[in-house]
Amino acid sequence: MFPAPVHRTSPQWQLAYRTLLPLSVFMWLLPLIAVAVFSTRPAEDFTSGNYWGLPSSFEAVANYGRVFFDSDMPRYLLNSVLITVPTVVGAVALSCMTGFALGVYRFRANLWIFFMFVAGNFVPFQILMVPVRDLTLDLGLYNTRTGLVLFHIAFQTGFCTLFMRNFIRALPFALIESARVEGVSEFRIFRFVVLPLMKPAIAALAILIFTFIWNDYFWAVVLTQGSASQPVTAGITSFNAQYRAAYHLMSAGSIVAALPPVAMFFLMQRHFIAGLTLGAVK
Amino acid sequence: MADAAFARPGAGTPTETWFHRHRRAIAPWLFLAPGVLFFLFYVIFPIFQSFEISLYKWDGLGEARYVGVENYQKLFKDRAFETSLWNNLKWLVLYLLAVPAGLFIAIFLNQTVTGIRLYKSLFFFPFVISQVVVGLVFTWFYDPTFGLLNTILGWLGTGPLNVLGDPTLVTYGIIVAGLWPQTAYCMILYLTGLNAVDPEQVEAGRLDGARGWRMLWHVVLPQLRPATFIAFVVTIIGALRSFDLISIMTDGGPFGSSRVLSFYMFEKALSEYGFRMGYGAAIAVVLFLIMLGFIAYFLWSMQREEREG
Repeated sequence: MFPAPVHRTSPQWQLAYRTLLPLSVFMWLLPLIAVAVFSTRPAEDFTSGNYWGLPSSFEAVANYGRVFFDSDMPRYLLNSVLITVPTVVGAVALSCMTGFALGVYRFRANLWIFFMFVAGNFVPFQILMVPVRDLTLDLGLYNTRTGLVLFHIAFQTGFCTLFMRNFIRALPFALIESARVEGVSEFRIFRFVVLPLMKPAIAALAILIFTFIWNDYFWAVVLTQGSASQPVTAGITSFNAQYRAAYHLMSAGSIVAALPPVAMFFLMQRHFIAGLTLGAVK
Repeated sequence: MADAAFARPGAGTPTETWFHRHRRAIAPWLFLAPGVLFFLFYVIFPIFQSFEISLYKWDGLGEARYVGVENYQKLFKDRAFETSLWNNLKWLVLYLLAVPAGLFIAIFLNQTVTGIRLYKSLFFFPFVISQVVVGLVFTWFYDPTFGLLNTILGWLGTGPLNVLGDPTLVTYGIIVAGLWPQTAYCMILYLTGLNAVDPEQVEAGRLDGARGWRMLWHVVLPQLRPATFIAFVVTIIGALRSFDLISIMTDGGPFGSSRVLSFYMFEKALSEYGFRMGYGAAIAVVLFLIMLGFIAYFLWSMQREEREG
């Protein structure tokens, strides 16, 4: 193991390590802790300039209550859900199929198609911006959640295919061979032999894509405007404009906007990290 | 292996359709069709369309007028473009600090004391938060009147420092905000990598008297190569994609000094003072060509691995 395990070192160093851990986490998350503290302060603290002293009262319930009942925030959150969930389903479904095709069959164009997905996944968004915005307008989907979802599905299919294909490549190929010898049709091999084995990959991808799409900001501002269709990342700027200088509310709003992916991460941590680090070890 | 001419017993009997006989050649295309078509329409074709649009003067609504390479000629004389390009270079170089920083934290956390899993999760935390919120968090962190940074500087007897209001500091301030989640990402890559480091090799190194830096450099780092590769790929892509933080923290200011190409393109194409789609597309093409160099290198490395694997 590298570095040497702490329990094999001197007692002084062990003690130092154990104090350093919480201290370093505290330093690391300090900017965020500050915002969390802000979100529980009353408005008077900000007008009187009492930013870092003891709060004059604890107003978490009131502040978060106003975010949920006195602003467009619930709308934006709902939009985010209605954009994120269909994208996850669509991108994972499409990439199960493309990953299967590229992972199992050998044909001449295989590597080229694979590289098309990989390369497309790396391009800067800006090279797509004008044509995609135009296409969405032409389809009559500008400023709709559907327009955003369709683009997200298409773009995420690149990354998901890379992921699924590599995962399927690592599966035991003998399983597929023996199914073929039995005369099982290709579709049934996909459905009943490969798909059940892909569950961990599907879980990992679903949680990753959820986070990516929930946190998307660029496409939200390019393809939507207004509270009818915008997700929470774009909505938070309007929220902040509404509550200009009300830092307790803006802090509470930011925390609410950031929370769903964080909750997902803590609930499905193992899958999330397995997905993110695929390829980091041989 | 999946040869169309693969002779199954009974192939060619009248009960077998053409599809049945060729199914192993056709099947992959049926599985690929929806994904490939979607991807072509929304990702691949638009790349070429952007190249074309960059040769036009177009406000996004009316008639587009062909102007040849005029948009590109204008770029050369555009000071804002030059600033953006320089800032992109700063991003690229400084953002890569996330890789050693991530490695450092990963080594620090690669222990088996109680509660270590929670510590790892908390260090990873910033990566899960949206960049919009990271931007807001750091905007307030830097705030000259109540920001934590200036409060701390005040205790130390210096400051105040208006990081986001100072044209020379602003880009560095935003990069620091970007490094926060990116370091977390690199850390998790390295933690996974360290987990797979061969303990026997480490012990052998110890017996040979290798410790600390020498052990890291000669024994551990070579085994972390796949993690390092991915860390570099995602960090370079992330640096060139930086948009959210700039848009949220400064909106390109002060005086356009924190713009990068991705932000400048957006600003020009969807400007409040009339859309300049052609000019925006030209900026996007330049950004794309920079990225293309990296993409080509990544694909080349991947292809080499495929051959070896």
